[in-house]
Amino acid sequence: MSEVLIQIDGREVEAREGMTILEAAQKVGIAIPALCHHEQLEPYGACRICTVEVETRGRTNLVAACCYPVEPNLVVRTRSEKVDKTRKIILELLLAHAPDAPVLQDLAKEYGADKNRFEKEASFCIHCGLCVRYCAEVKKKNAVGFVDRGTRREISFIPEIASKECWNCKECFPLCPTSALQAAFVLTEALISPPLAPPSEA
Amino acid sequence: MDKDGIDLIIDKHQGEAGSLIQVLLEIQSENRWLPKEALERVSERLHVPLTRIQHIATFYKAFSLVPKGRHEIHICMGTACHVRGARRILDTVQDLTGIKPGETDLDLKFSLETVNCLGCCALGPVMEVDGEHHGKMAPARIAAVLQDYE
Amino acid sequence: MARINSPAELEALRKNILSKRDPHKPCITLCSGSACHASGSKEVAASIEAEIKKQGLSAEVDIRKTGCHGFCERGPIIVIHPEEICYLQIEPKDVPEIVSQTIKEKKIIERLLYIDPNTDQKIIHESEIPFYKHQERLVFGSNGNIDPKSIDDYLALGGYSALAKALSRMTPDQVLEEVKKSNLRGRGGGGFPAGRKWEESRHAPGQIKYVIVNADEGDPGAYMDRSLLEGNPHSILEGLIIGAYAIGSRQGFIYVRQEYPLAVENITIAIKQAEAYGFLGKNILGAGFDFTVKVHQGAGAFVSGESSALMTALEGRVGEPRPKYIHTAVKGLWDRPSVLNNVETWANVPLIINKGADWFSRFGTEWSKGTKIFSLVGKINNTGLVEVPMGITLREIIYKVGGGIPGGKKFKAVQTGGPSGGCLPEELLDLEVGFDELSQAGSMMGSGGMIVMDEDTCMVDVARYFLDFLADESCGKCTPCREGIRQMLKLLTNITKGKGKEGDLELLEDLAETAGQASLCALGRTAPNPFLSTLRYFRDEYEAHIKEKRCPALSCKDLISYYIDPDQCQACMICLRQCPSDAIVGGKNQIHVIQQEKCTKCGTCFEVCPPRFGAVKKISGEPVPSPIPEEARIIVRKSKQQ
Repeated sequence: MSEVLIQIDGREVEAREGMTILEAAQKVGIAIPALCHHEQLEPYGACRICTVEVETRGRTNLVAACCYPVEPNLVVRTRSEKVDKTRKIILELLLAHAPDAPVLQDLAKEYGADKNRFEKEASFCIHCGLCVRYCAEVKKKNAVGFVDRGTRREISFIPEIASKECWNCKECFPLCPTSALQAAFVLTEALISPPLAPPSEA
Repeated sequence: MDKDGIDLIIDKHQGEAGSLIQVLLEIQSENRWLPKEALERVSERLHVPLTRIQHIATFYKAFSLVPKGRHEIHICMGTACHVRGARRILDTVQDLTGIKPGETDLDLKFSLETVNCLGCCALGPVMEVDGEHHGKMAPARIAAVLQDYE
Repeated sequence: MARINSPAELEALRKNILSKRDPHKPCITLCSGSACHASGSKEVAASIEAEIKKQGLSAEVDIRKTGCHGFCERGPIIVIHPEEICYLQIEPKDVPEIVSQTIKEKKIIERLLYIDPNTDQKIIHESEIPFYKHQERLVFGSNGNIDPKSIDDYLALGGYSALAKALSRMTPDQVLEEVKKSNLRGRGGGGFPAGRKWEESRHAPGQIKYVIVNADEGDPGAYMDRSLLEGNPHSILEGLIIGAYAIGSRQGFIYVRQEYPLAVENITIAIKQAEAYGFLGKNILGAGFDFTVKVHQGAGAFVSGESSALMTALEGRVGEPRPKYIHTAVKGLWDRPSVLNNVETWANVPLIINKGADWFSRFGTEWSKGTKIFSLVGKINNTGLVEVPMGITLREIIYKVGGGIPGGKKFKAVQTGGPSGGCLPEELLDLEVGFDELSQAGSMMGSGGMIVMDEDTCMVDVARYFLDFLADESCGKCTPCREGIRQMLKLLTNITKGKGKEGDLELLEDLAETAGQASLCALGRTAPNPFLSTLRYFRDEYEAHIKEKRCPALSCKDLISYYIDPDQCQACMICLRQCPSDAIVGGKNQIHVIQQEKCTKCGTCFEVCPPRFGAVKKISGEPVPSPIPEEARIIVRKSKQQ
């Protein structure tokens, strides 16, 4: 794969063709926040907190660093007034759902996000999709998925699959930035009837 | 709908994974809803995870996971109808039938849905029942129209 | 139908078809598009067929059920050829007279003609009706002469001659150059130069490439694509095959929304007919070019009309958009080069190939060539589908073609571009319609929906309406769109309910900025447009709602009250009887009073109060006057015998 020279925050960075801006930045230790990114999973581009400013072919745009492929002479700014404002508002929108999530609180401090800017919403889920994608791409069990669309979109376990697979797995639990996953799982357990005994410890 | 009926539809599309949505549309059309067993059978035959099917079945308005009523009421909420007062039509239908969009009444008589643009904007506001268009609707006329349906 | 194996055979067939058609033979064409169906054209068609048979004229008179004529306000429409006599709003009971008088005796039935509201002149010929006279119906015009279920009708008009020309006398590169030269820009909303997109796919690596017709027409109020697909399906098919030849694709898809069953039916029939004639399949017209087409139905999701979402749906996955940093023209369906274009874009291609890019460039403006079909709907006299050259002004479309605003009301705004577009006010009526002109004004061309609004339309409610639509239709994957729209909708709903506060507009602007710049796809990025454009041109309405709790258009239910003016009320009892909540008290000689606690603001009383009294008023931003004392409500009527 050929080498691609780009510029991130004024630094010259040697990237490889096919890399994303996020990967190139990580390679040289430049931190870009990301909530829906996971090295074992395909880039998703949903949280948009990795938004960065790029200059290419004479135009400036905001793009998702986790998805944008590097190209020759790309100029990237990981922090700027526009970038910071975008991240601040995204955080405020997410804090309306999960004000107590540690990762959101840390980022909120850095970007001056006000967790009370919006009224609290009922669901903890921030739709990073890590649980759904991990179960599909890594475990290949597809025990949890998304349902519906728009503002009504939620995660949902399939009781029959969850009852067989999740007890001995739960690898997605630590991935969840908020308590949404645990909440959804407990709710699903309550739906399985009659209640199944966990596999014996023998 | 039994397993054979579903298999027939799947075979028609040569069991291609890309035809998933087309298969579900046919099952919905023939059966008037998508029972869980149908989704499981499709998942098995097309080798597609049930989560994907569940997402598709809830993502698209054409699908219903519960039985629909004998008569489907569609209120057009397209911009042209909206500007001509579609909201009031919807409110009145809700009051008269007791159900909200996406719901079916307890007798399984009426199912209510809002749709975006039936393409007969000249007749707006439009209420469609079982595919029949009732144009230039006014709140006062709705009861009479719905009365005709058993 | 025998397979056509060469352009020469095609011309022979065409000659054959034409030789069997007498242009002087009387023919009744009846518009049979979906909108006219809703107006009763099926019953009219049955009447015509029965009457013709009854009067023994089956051999002398042809009947043709055609696609949409466009003048939907006046449907069902009949045009009698060869004289081109146009009758409007036909009912089955008119049919016997039409057959005896006009068909047999060649007499015009005046009461069925169009009457020009300005001159009171009765107009006989369809093309002279002002609605049609000011249009340029290059693409849509054939609809009136074709039975969409007959490929021979399409051939009789010269159909598939562009395909023959492209396959036998042009190389794929030459076809590509011609489309590039024409400057045809996508008619689906993006306005991207079609030729450039085709070129990108042509040069993209990979043997397997796809061409796709986007017939998912989701903008509410827009139904041009439906009428084209229903009324002239072969024109789209021909364009698609030519495009496939140009870029080197052997497989095409037509993605039609399932809410258009007639369109699905007609395109499916058209494909079978094309296959039978050999316009689809192997070795098309003997040129060694293979191409097949599949129809896929949508399932009721607006966002799946976004190009990357559509391709994802074609793959059998949930139709959610994907990041498009690499164009789908290079990596699209199944990660292969895919050219996706709108129905109307494809329909323009045969014209460009047949008549040339130079001819095409004569229409329109420098950067917006050709014509555009708009669905002119809302508060407009001549509701329907209109095809006009780019560069025409909004004023000309709305007043000359559209016939202006009904009911003597004042024009307020015209909304273009659907949920991604904006509202343009009166000051901009002389704007020349074009892709860039509309974008610069804060709206966009979009797919062609043009919704006219009058003084009774609340612009804050319009913004809320579009966000409500998008809150349901957004796929919900990315934060700026899903959460941004959620909060914007909350804020706007509160404002329409009188709960707006200081700081709301600034918060809305921040959310608009974030969604507009950071969303994953164009739905999210353009979602703020209706809000931003109405704020730009109608800020005073927002401020009235927030600061004065007043709706200037007297539309927002929570901010208006209905009040019967005791000075005008004549106690006719009409509103009292029709009130669905029994909220009006009064009697035959007692002035009516609305009990505000019971009033549901349905507006029935306002509508039924006889215009000569005009006693029911809508008020906003001020308290409802207390009812006058009961004794004062008695009306003493002068007795006739005094």
